Amino acid sequence: MTPLRVNGEHVELDVEPRRTLLDALRADLGLTGAKKACDMGNCGACTVLLDGEAVYSCLVLAVDCVARAVTTIEGLGEGGKLHRLQEAFIAADAFQCGFCTPGQLMALAALFERVARPSDAQIMRALSGNLCRCGAYQHILRAAHMARDR
Amino acid sequence: MITRLEGADKVTGRARYAADVRLPGLLHAHIVRSPYPHARIRHIDASRAERLPGVHAVLSSANSPSIPWHDASSLFDRTVRYIGDEVAAVAADSDELAADAARLIDVQYEALAFDLVGEAREPKAEARGDVARGLREADVVLEATYRTQTALHNALEPHGCTALWHGDQLTVYESTQGIFAVRDEVAEKLGLAAQNVRIITEHMGGGFGAKQIAWKHTVIAALLAQRTGRPVQLALDRASENLAAGNRNATEQRLRLGAKRDGTLSAIDARIRVEAGAYSVGGEDSDVIGTYLTLYRCANVRAEQRSLRTNAGPAVAFRAPGYAEGNFALESAIDELAARLGIDALELRLRNYATRDQREDKPYTAPESLRRCITRVAAACEWRHQRPGLGFAAHDWAAGGGWPPAEAEVEFAHGAARVIVGVQDVGTGSRTALAQLAAAELGIGVERVQVELGDTQPGLYGPTSAGSATLATLGPVVQEAARLAKKSGHARAQRGENPKGKSIRTCGAQAVELAVDRDTGEVTVKRVIAAHDCGRIVNPLLQSSQVIGGITQALGYALSEKRIVDARLGDVLNANLEEYKLPTVADIPEIVNASESMPDAEANATGVKGCGEPPIIPTAAAIANAIYSATGVRIRELPITREKLIR
Repeated sequence: MTPLRVNGEHVELDVEPRRTLLDALRADLGLTGAKKACDMGNCGACTVLLDGEAVYSCLVLAVDCVARAVTTIEGLGEGGKLHRLQEAFIAADAFQCGFCTPGQLMALAALFERVARPSDAQIMRALSGNLCRCGAYQHILRAAHMARDR
Repeated sequence: MITRLEGADKVTGRARYAADVRLPGLLHAHIVRSPYPHARIRHIDASRAERLPGVHAVLSSANSPSIPWHDASSLFDRTVRYIGDEVAAVAADSDELAADAARLIDVQYEALAFDLVGEAREPKAEARGDVARGLREADVVLEATYRTQTALHNALEPHGCTALWHGDQLTVYESTQGIFAVRDEVAEKLGLAAQNVRIITEHMGGGFGAKQIAWKHTVIAALLAQRTGRPVQLALDRASENLAAGNRNATEQRLRLGAKRDGTLSAIDARIRVEAGAYSVGGEDSDVIGTYLTLYRCANVRAEQRSLRTNAGPAVAFRAPGYAEGNFALESAIDELAARLGIDALELRLRNYATRDQREDKPYTAPESLRRCITRVAAACEWRHQRPGLGFAAHDWAAGGGWPPAEAEVEFAHGAARVIVGVQDVGTGSRTALAQLAAAELGIGVERVQVELGDTQPGLYGPTSAGSATLATLGPVVQEAARLAKKSGHARAQRGENPKGKSIRTCGAQAVELAVDRDTGEVTVKRVIAAHDCGRIVNPLLQSSQVIGGITQALGYALSEKRIVDARLGDVLNANLEEYKLPTVADIPEIVNASESMPDAEANATGVKGCGEPPIIPTAAAIANAIYSATGVRIRELPITREKLIR
């Protein structure tokens, strides 16, 4: 068994050693916010926080997460309230199809957790590993700036 | 500012996509694909896979019905015609097990000769006037050949579905741009009545044309679910997405343009070859000749395109199919012609743009909207001819006006409304814009409107999201149903015909400012300024998303994206998101949306036209023209890479 914390709750996973954290979240825990788009660490749609750090969950094995804390998009807001990044994404229309959105948000959430007022360059760097095929980048940047400057 | 109705669902992970469906007993499926570009299958032995614990079914030509598929092929054809062609499929307890089992299926192939160049087939050709005379009478003739690459859609959500049966009723959660198109096709392939198939698309993660038809995976998932008696989920992996889920066809366009000294176009001659891939899958709609026949006023035009059948992945519509390709060549050539004539490139366009549809021989509903777009962009970029690094292109697009049939139902009670339609929101914001139109008609706030879409079950027909047509098709219907429901509480409406004697099109213009590093060939796009005629703009925020999205995709098309096929093996060498170079956040310039709302009252009662496709059309030509303006180097082939610039 693999014990870990997911969105603040203790869970025990019974998975094959080869199962990725992404597949464990999606198939075993039913947390389908993180998306499987490339399954090889190229696109960022599966980004979650592992002990506060943004990781591609398709490149992490679930069994390597023993006693670690995982935060997914489902755990981003607090007490039923949206995170300021989530509010800013809606206000700036920082998505179209929405498929990459959980990953974009988690990549930014890791930065905002670490730096209260990140610079434009830090925001750009945090987002540089997350593809958006709809091409919403300009609005994603605007949302990140809005959340920072609020 | 009205934001997307489904915004909260999309930022919390609650929005459910086809592969997010979780059902008891859900099986995962994997498709075995041909490793050869052309081969005959001699023998398939699936016994090792079938014996693997956790494997529930294997399907191949050895044990499944021969369902006719594109051209003269079948679902699991015994002849495979490109690397990625479907050979077999497996359903197992997990994704990993399904992949294991797929590897255990032993397929013996007899490799056949393959062709990656292709032979030109019968042309699709249109002509008017006398091109030879137009060229003879020209003072200047420009002759040039332009090439565009095969581009891959690479929507972040792969094609996929979850299929389950209740008796003889099939339900499929599908990632599609056309729930009714998929319903009808799946029903036909499986020999079911259409009403026995239900397609649901709550949210979908991008399609850009590649999800406007029914692909094999849906029928495969349905057959596996039938055979196992369990729900089956089948999502393509990224490699399959790049091999076997469609592409924008590569083109070669040989042009001759003739013009008088004063810039009047006397002849347009376009001979085009299009690489179509291994099959006609339906939904290619790559009308490369279209813009040659319509964008500019010219009495003598001949445009023909020939498809080349090759042993590579099949082409399918990709955002403004044919027009993105044709516009790159035509608008590059117009720029070259302007230089030869010594006429300002923008002035040449203003002298020649068409105000009537010369293909259909009808006036446009909004004949001056292109002039307005051109002048708005010119003002916003402070256009000055030969300002280094500034390039311009105009475009037209035959669609955007919508068309019948389509239906909508509106219920109105206690100051709240429920709108039911049979379309899907592919990320463009259809849900929100339709709610706004209903709210305005009913005189209530948009938060009081609930829109139900993405489900064939209510039986209200809606069209495929294609041709930038969804809002212009459904908007007038929803508005009309709302008008009736305001009196009666409940009403249905049908889409009326478009005006008979007029032609509805969309159009626009873009300017690009960029710099080229003369040592490395690096192109840095600094700013793109765009104005597009999409009729009345219902939601400026969502319209700007379409504009920035289309331009961002176009940057990839212009500068970095290309499917690379090994000429000796026929394999796609960059079938992944690392080596197929999509634009990233760090690659984008400032994008200025200078579009203005231009209600087109003659088009339909809402004055709305589409904006999904147009923004991708003129960017590549504007970039090529800006590069010429910056460097004096004319690149006639996409993508415009550093290698080509340094050479």
